[in-house]
Amino acid sequence: MFNELEERQDFIVIKGRHKKAMKCDSHSVSGSVSQRACVYSGARVVLNPIADAVHLVHGPIGCAAYTWDIRGSLSSGSELYRRSFCTDLKERDIVFGGNERLAAAIDKLVQLYAPKLIFVYATCVVGVIGDDLEAVCKAASSKYGIDVIPVQSSGFMGNKAAGYRAACDALLKLIEPVNTDNIGKSRSINYLGDFNLAAETWIISNYFRSIGIEINAVLTGDSEYAKLKKTTDACLNIVQCAGSMNYLAHKLNDLYGMPYIDVSFLGIQDTSESLRKVAAFFNDDDIILKTEEMIKSQTAKANQAIERYKHHLCGKKAAIYVGGGFKAISLLKQFREIGIDVVMIGTQNGQPHEYDTLQELADEGVIIVDDANTSELEQFILEKGADILVGGVKERFLAYKLGVAFIDHNHNRKHPLSGYEGAVNFAKEVYSTVCSPVWKYALDQGGDSAR
Amino acid sequence: MTERKNLVVNPVKTCQPLGAVLACLGIHGCMPHSHGSQGCASYLRMQLSRHFREFIPTTTSSFSEAQVVFGGSGNLKQAIRNIIHIYKPQAIGVSTTCSAETIGDDAEGIIAEMRGSGELPEDVVIFTASTPSYKGSHVTGFASMVKSAVDSIAVKGAANDKINIIPGMISPGDIREIKRLLALMGIKAIIMPDISGVLDAPMTGKLKLYQDGGTPLEEIADMANSSITFALGQEASLPAALGLEEKHGVSAEMLPLPIGIENTDRFIMELSRISGKPVPAQLEEERGRLVDMMLDAHAHWYGKKAAIYGDPDIVEGITAMAVGLGIEPLYVLTGTKSNRWEETVKTIAPNAHVINGGDLLTLKDLMKEQPVDIMLGNSHGKFLAKEMDMPLIRVGFPILDRANLQHFPVVGYSGAAWLAERIGNTLLDWKDAHVPDHMLELIM
Ligand code: SF4
Ligand code: SF4
Repeated sequence: MFNELEERQDFIVIKGRHKKAMKCDSHSVSGSVSQRACVYSGARVVLNPIADAVHLVHGPIGCAAYTWDIRGSLSSGSELYRRSFCTDLKERDIVFGGNERLAAAIDKLVQLYAPKLIFVYATCVVGVIGDDLEAVCKAASSKYGIDVIPVQSSGFMGNKAAGYRAACDALLKLIEPVNTDNIGKSRSINYLGDFNLAAETWIISNYFRSIGIEINAVLTGDSEYAKLKKTTDACLNIVQCAGSMNYLAHKLNDLYGMPYIDVSFLGIQDTSESLRKVAAFFNDDDIILKTEEMIKSQTAKANQAIERYKHHLCGKKAAIYVGGGFKAISLLKQFREIGIDVVMIGTQNGQPHEYDTLQELADEGVIIVDDANTSELEQFILEKGADILVGGVKERFLAYKLGVAFIDHNHNRKHPLSGYEGAVNFAKEVYSTVCSPVWKYALDQGGDSAR
Repeated sequence: MTERKNLVVNPVKTCQPLGAVLACLGIHGCMPHSHGSQGCASYLRMQLSRHFREFIPTTTSSFSEAQVVFGGSGNLKQAIRNIIHIYKPQAIGVSTTCSAETIGDDAEGIIAEMRGSGELPEDVVIFTASTPSYKGSHVTGFASMVKSAVDSIAVKGAANDKINIIPGMISPGDIREIKRLLALMGIKAIIMPDISGVLDAPMTGKLKLYQDGGTPLEEIADMANSSITFALGQEASLPAALGLEEKHGVSAEMLPLPIGIENTDRFIMELSRISGKPVPAQLEEERGRLVDMMLDAHAHWYGKKAAIYGDPDIVEGITAMAVGLGIEPLYVLTGTKSNRWEETVKTIAPNAHVINGGDLLTLKDLMKEQPVDIMLGNSHGKFLAKEMDMPLIRVGFPILDRANLQHFPVVGYSGAAWLAERIGNTLLDWKDAHVPDHMLELIM
């Protein structure tokens, strides 16, 4: 449809015999239709699931309005996190500074909701006018005896990954233990990087419960203030969404000597391996036995269910375009489990080591691309004849217009994709879009990929 | 209810650039450009995508720390060059984000500088709107961008035989309905902006960056030569109409959005008056059918109390429609502050509690004091509707939780018919779902 900029060529790799160092993790080109989000957005998605917290956006109205309840994180308790709070900065504040307005907003929030925890998110404008978030939050903390934590998430300070770090820094402030005696003393684990989208946290927690391991705190799916405060009690951190939580796991290790292991509960294979890893950590025969039993029965059940969809899907081709490299790697494996070939892999914020892994895992000829813009996505999807695209909301309608099926693997997913249940859901979701009769009509209309 | 000056809870508005981008999408061959950080552009696209369920192109200047220190001029210039090179637009509509405005970037000046240096191709039109969100809302952003496009593109020439219609922030289905009414009346019009054929484009198997719809640039140029401009809705449409009047002497007339029977009558009568053409029998008949429908169902909604919230122009129209049905608008609320709006709504619904520049917490506090029977507004009200246990009719922006509504008009007689059906039958559905078994009735 349109030419690409030469500057972009270093960001694209076609899997061949030799590995090529890819450019990534750098700034988007001015004037492109970039699919990337901002620091604030990254920070917000990580912290938002903390259900009994007030999430106050210090900035103009848009930043708050677009992030209102957009992530399908479920809570078993408080619903406070689903409200949109914003200082709605006015011209006056831009000129004279927004510190006072922020302090007044916090006063009001305390009066209205009596929260134990308030996160105050900095947006770009606040970064520019130089409001002293730290000072205002500190003053409010001591005034009310609650945690008021600034999140340094001015949008232009980097990309979404920087936002993950900003969120982790805020979490570190929150979970700093008052009493260091209990660190690592309990036999329970923390589960990092699951946001309870469509109840995913609950599925995984159930697995652990049934093999005899208790979960201490989840960061941050279905979490609340009191539980997070005890984060350092756990004896192990397991890290699911490495993109957002690796940094926190490192820090917890450095600061409090808490060990961590990477896990992935996406796909049958990864789920089983991850459960084994955690069980091995405890080195307890009973746990190991129970784990093996569960893996056996769950795998059999899931495989049987997937079989029903698999023969409809064999030989179909998928394109992946997601936020982080970790997710892309999982998806690549998951598509293999249901017999689908992956022909294109892109991420918005993949890290160099993740791209290395992708290059190792991918089949010959697969296109791998960083921060793909719209025209690249279109070009690769058509060139490679993809039947389905996995992506976020901005890509859904691009796919539909091309006559290509789509599933949302982002914050908007409606079905849990974690664990064995998730693996079945994944197959079912792919099946129900790829095999819908709607593509027959789309084909008549000129759609040329999906069948 | 307590006063809240420094805190918005559950807003009924969003930021100016969203409206500005939407306005650009209604111009054929136009690329909306957001001058600021990439996050803003990403959010605007995401929100518009969710509402329209369409692919939304928008480019961004992609600010980083450097721009905050040195200004974003270099980024904007580079962006414009890249856009022209890669996306080959006929026009570019530049809106500014909060941070660009805060660091003091003058987008208009920067573009003028590029023009002056001769580096811009003659055939690409570039216009700008200053849209920081610490002022106004998405509605004012929309109005500013429409005005900027018309101001910079319209040129005086020989008089044409057309009228101008500035339709405001309405759906593609609404615009199609207005076009149908105009065709029935035999009136030629330039509709600007026109998102029909863009945000309801058919599935073709191709991803078109520029869809077939949108007001062509030549037509926008010709707006200076029309006999009159109808601005449908003060907040979103009037500024551009006034601009045409001032610069080119095209008289501007403000009309409410033709929502409900009376506002539609007014629209049709005005069209008939300025064109000297009679109202065609087909429209008379359509109106007759609508009145017949209203007769058949009036008992279902009469005397019900409603809460109406959203953007000013649409809320004003829906309020008028509700009053016409015999529904009592108890609360009428907009997040976009406008004194003119407040006055108008108070004349339409003198007994209503009118909230000018409020949020959904305000509405909740009020509804807790005195509840209503039905809510009309955007998707964000669904939590309140559930909490208060009442039905919600989805109208306005944004609608994030229902598909396809964009295709059905709320304007014109057919829009009124659709709304009447929705309101009446939703109330009956609600009743059926809530009565005990022995009270369930067959004939209602
Ligand atoms: S910074 Fe301004 S323009 Fe950007 S999203 Fe926030 S309110 Fe909108
Ligand atoms: S202003 Fe900054 S923080 Fe807000 S949406 Fe834009 S990039 Fe993100």
